[in-house]
Amino acid sequence: MDILVCVKRVPMVGGKVLVTADGQDLDTRMSGFTVSPHEECAIEEAVQITEREGGTVTVLTLGPPEAADQLRDMLAVGAHRGVLLETDGREWGPVATAAAIVAAVGELGHTPFPLILAGNESADTGGYQVGIRVAHALGRPCLTGVKRLELAGDTIRAAREYRGVHELFEVALPAVVTVREGINLPRYPSLPGRLRAKRAEITVLRPQWQADGLRKQGLRVPVGSARRAQVLGHGTAAVPALIDVLGDLGVLPPAVRSGGDGAAA
Amino acid sequence: MSVIPDRASAVIIGAGIVGNSLAYHLARLGRTELVLVDKGPMPNPGGSTGHASNFIFPIEYSKMMMELTRDSTEQYKELGVFTESGGVEVARTQARMQELRRRCSQAKSWGIPAELLTPEGVRKLVPYLNDSVILGGCQFPTVGVVDSLRAGTLMRERAQQLGALTVLAGAEVVGIDKSDDGRVVAVRTTKGDIATDVVAICCGVWSPRIARMAGARIPLTPIVHQMISVGPIALFDGTAGEIAYPIVRDVDENMYERQHGGDMEVGSYAHRAIIVAPDDIPSIEAAVLSPTEMPFTQDDFDPQLELALELMPELLGDERAGVRYAINGLISMTPDGHPVLGETPEVPGLWSVAASWIKEGPGVGRAVAEWMSGVTPEIDIHEADIARFYPHQRTTTHVAERAREGFNKMYGIVHPSEQWESGRPVRVSPAYERERALGAMFYETAGWERPFWYESNAGLLETYADRLMDRPSEWESRWWSPIINAEHLAMRDAAGLFDLSAFAILDVTGPGAVHALQQVAVAQMQVPVGRVVYTSFLDDAGGFRADLTIMRLGPRHFRVVTGAATGMADYKWITDHLPDNGSAAVTDVTSAWTTYGLWGPRARDILGTITGDDISHAGFPFGTCKEIEVAGMTVLASRISYVGELGWELYAPMEQGAKLWDTVFGAGQPAGLVPAGIGVYGTTGRLEKGYRAYGAELDATYNLVEAGMTRPKVKEQEFVGKTAYLSQRETALAAALCTLTVDDHVSESGELRYMLGGEPVLLPDGTPLIDARGRRSYVTSAGSGPSVGKHLLLSYLPPDQAVVGTPLAVEYMGEQYPVTVAVAGSRPLFDPTNERARS
Repeated sequence: MDILVCVKRVPMVGGKVLVTADGQDLDTRMSGFTVSPHEECAIEEAVQITEREGGTVTVLTLGPPEAADQLRDMLAVGAHRGVLLETDGREWGPVATAAAIVAAVGELGHTPFPLILAGNESADTGGYQVGIRVAHALGRPCLTGVKRLELAGDTIRAAREYRGVHELFEVALPAVVTVREGINLPRYPSLPGRLRAKRAEITVLRPQWQADGLRKQGLRVPVGSARRAQVLGHGTAAVPALIDVLGDLGVLPPAVRSGGDGAAA
Repeated sequence: MSVIPDRASAVIIGAGIVGNSLAYHLARLGRTELVLVDKGPMPNPGGSTGHASNFIFPIEYSKMMMELTRDSTEQYKELGVFTESGGVEVARTQARMQELRRRCSQAKSWGIPAELLTPEGVRKLVPYLNDSVILGGCQFPTVGVVDSLRAGTLMRERAQQLGALTVLAGAEVVGIDKSDDGRVVAVRTTKGDIATDVVAICCGVWSPRIARMAGARIPLTPIVHQMISVGPIALFDGTAGEIAYPIVRDVDENMYERQHGGDMEVGSYAHRAIIVAPDDIPSIEAAVLSPTEMPFTQDDFDPQLELALELMPELLGDERAGVRYAINGLISMTPDGHPVLGETPEVPGLWSVAASWIKEGPGVGRAVAEWMSGVTPEIDIHEADIARFYPHQRTTTHVAERAREGFNKMYGIVHPSEQWESGRPVRVSPAYERERALGAMFYETAGWERPFWYESNAGLLETYADRLMDRPSEWESRWWSPIINAEHLAMRDAAGLFDLSAFAILDVTGPGAVHALQQVAVAQMQVPVGRVVYTSFLDDAGGFRADLTIMRLGPRHFRVVTGAATGMADYKWITDHLPDNGSAAVTDVTSAWTTYGLWGPRARDILGTITGDDISHAGFPFGTCKEIEVAGMTVLASRISYVGELGWELYAPMEQGAKLWDTVFGAGQPAGLVPAGIGVYGTTGRLEKGYRAYGAELDATYNLVEAGMTRPKVKEQEFVGKTAYLSQRETALAAALCTLTVDDHVSESGELRYMLGGEPVLLPDGTPLIDARGRRSYVTSAGSGPSVGKHLLLSYLPPDQAVVGTPLAVEYMGEQYPVTVAVAGSRPLFDPTNERARS
């Protein structure tokens, strides 16, 4: 099967996010760029499917020329073909992005991509829209937030979790699926993979920019958004408090949670 | 929780390998009330120690670096964190094979096991290495890996167990306070302030930033070293411990491959120099990994991937092995590659303990702890002294330029005379343009452009065609010219004019001047005005600290003349030993005086044509100085010589230097005067006379007695090192400095080869010579002796071998050459009675 996976170049950030002096961008001088963990999982999922079933994985991104780096990162872990929808530095909203992807799917032409995968949401703007808009424009069903995916002939079975409820879907292809981190464990790039990626040709298309709804006015780091740590105590005196926390997290067996004598063991 | 002490005997900033080691050694030496602060958490606060590849190769060309590495390795072993893995450097080129032979020989000088290997030999040790792309290798069986974070923790805990240390994690230093007279008085941190007289900056890549808080400069720059970790490697599955295979240095490609558990770490020094300013290093909070593990820039590493795959195709080519970790790791680089240690010249009480890597860390900590405790460090660390830098060398521009140039030479084949290209020229003599016109080949010392030889003397090659000792081998002819030897012979026949403007000149003045110098000089300084004194300075243990001349210009005025390379360190040494009562002052007047040397049998004839003053032997005896009039200028003339000829050092105000050059140069033409370079001054002329050089023969590990520089009497006044010196005079000699001549230069392949220094001296059967104090004999200086027709080597030899006529051998590039002891002690080989200089 030929699968299209959409990814997005986003800044890599540490615990504290730095904004440029003009408040328009993240300060990336001393950080780097990556794709969201959801998208890494989407690629891994696609690669595993083609390893089992045959076919190809095409990875597509819309972004500046430097976004080719992220395409090569994905090629290095098994994608076969890279497509860059090159932009000129203007801001692209989800409507325009989805339209460009749909147009590219037409232009790439030779394959209808029965399965299009995307991350559930991007790591920077978190709009949750592009996958859905692409599906809508192509008249396909769309499954979001998927944590398990199985292919059975012309249909897919997908599962996701929503507020403690497991949902199972069966959908006929062609379809669009947005996946979430945890669906698989993405592989690391091998050295030969990295070299293949370096040599791979990337198809570059230049889509037409269009104005769409949301415009960025500026960026501000919310006050008090930094991670906080709480000292539970020191030495063995901290054990009861620690057990309480672990109990709240639901990671302890019932016997311990009930506070039996062996709690500290 | 740590309680913040309001006072400390010393505050150590930085809990990497260096800070922990310093804390431990200070505690061990009896210091209490120490505080170690770091802005990060323990045990890995986020500095370079946390991402180091942690392997140690024992081989270094620098004796200091070798000793620091050796001591560190011993300390890691004692801490139980060292694993011996062995290591191999592989050669992909013939030039590298020669370099590996050179390294093998150097290893023998230092007593480091090393063995040259065929490609098959390498493959036997490293079965996954593709031996078809290499020509051979050199095995260093004592290479190993360490757990530097564990070592730091253990050292920190030991200091705490001694009750000497408080550790403050998560405390960022925000200021360093000084007293009105400029001394350190307190460190301000985000967790509170600590009063202290001593602050040690052990902050690695952040060191310049912390030093600037106190108004001092630490000349280092953070620079990126890329490293990836690839795994899981099937072959390494089940490895007990961290490493089972030797570490490979693919030196021609500036890379290494080192097993780390189930992974292979591949590191590179091949990429472009990526410099990050200390202020741009991300904070702990903003960093993606840690502040010094910057995001990997893949493009810079891609070319290395192919080379790594070529060397280890099956192992690294495994599709199931992935790049699990990849960083642009920040490391410290300095303009000359050496650490930056010691009290900063700008701020008393503020110490730099920076630019030390894992392989030197514990040794550096120990040496600096000794230094801070008033104990002479066992290892001579003058080449790492922060005081070595001149102001221009502390600028960020200079540091960045040299770091950029030096980065790709990390694994390079660096000739011992190789010159820097960046950041030149900085300091030039008034005669610089004239020297350029004469085709001077300039070498740089401490920023000064110094003519090494002059192409204008090429005509002399014919004159002295049969005495040039030309060097057919490319390696020894590199950074050398037979013109040096021709200039030498022309000087011995007529006269040479040397530009010595790079000399550092320090005036010591005041009513206490004589006393101030008396305290540091071995020689008697209570001498008549007009006397020139040649003397050494010693450290407390009686090792050499400096070697220089001092002119007495007046009852309260002395002028110290020393080498450019050591000028700033000597300046600090004298300053540190000035009397407390302010009765003497030292001033750096280097930039005020230009210096030329005029030497040779015709020197008096030449000078006589341009001065009316009495320069006869009786009127201007050897070892004296006085002002003379030369062509309307007042010139300070000093009758001494480092090349063993009649003549003078001539000092003129810098702005009159060009005129003095023209005057002397013009006057000398009829007598056959030639411009002569430092090749003659520093090597050929010096070696024929057996004159010792600081940093080569003279360092802290040898003494005046062994160097053959004792005088019949020791002055009655006190001076630094006197007690040690007196005891050295009573102790049986362990080694004596000798001059050796090379008897046969023909290599196994029939080429004439000439040693350049550093080579091991052996018994004729190849046995290394080791003296009673465990020191190995090696060549401290080497060079042509054109007037004696021999290639000359200086070396300390055990007493049994320090006998004229003793046949020995020297190993060069892996082959042995016969040599003979020509001089034992300080008697010159050329003109043994010094008639020429004293005529």
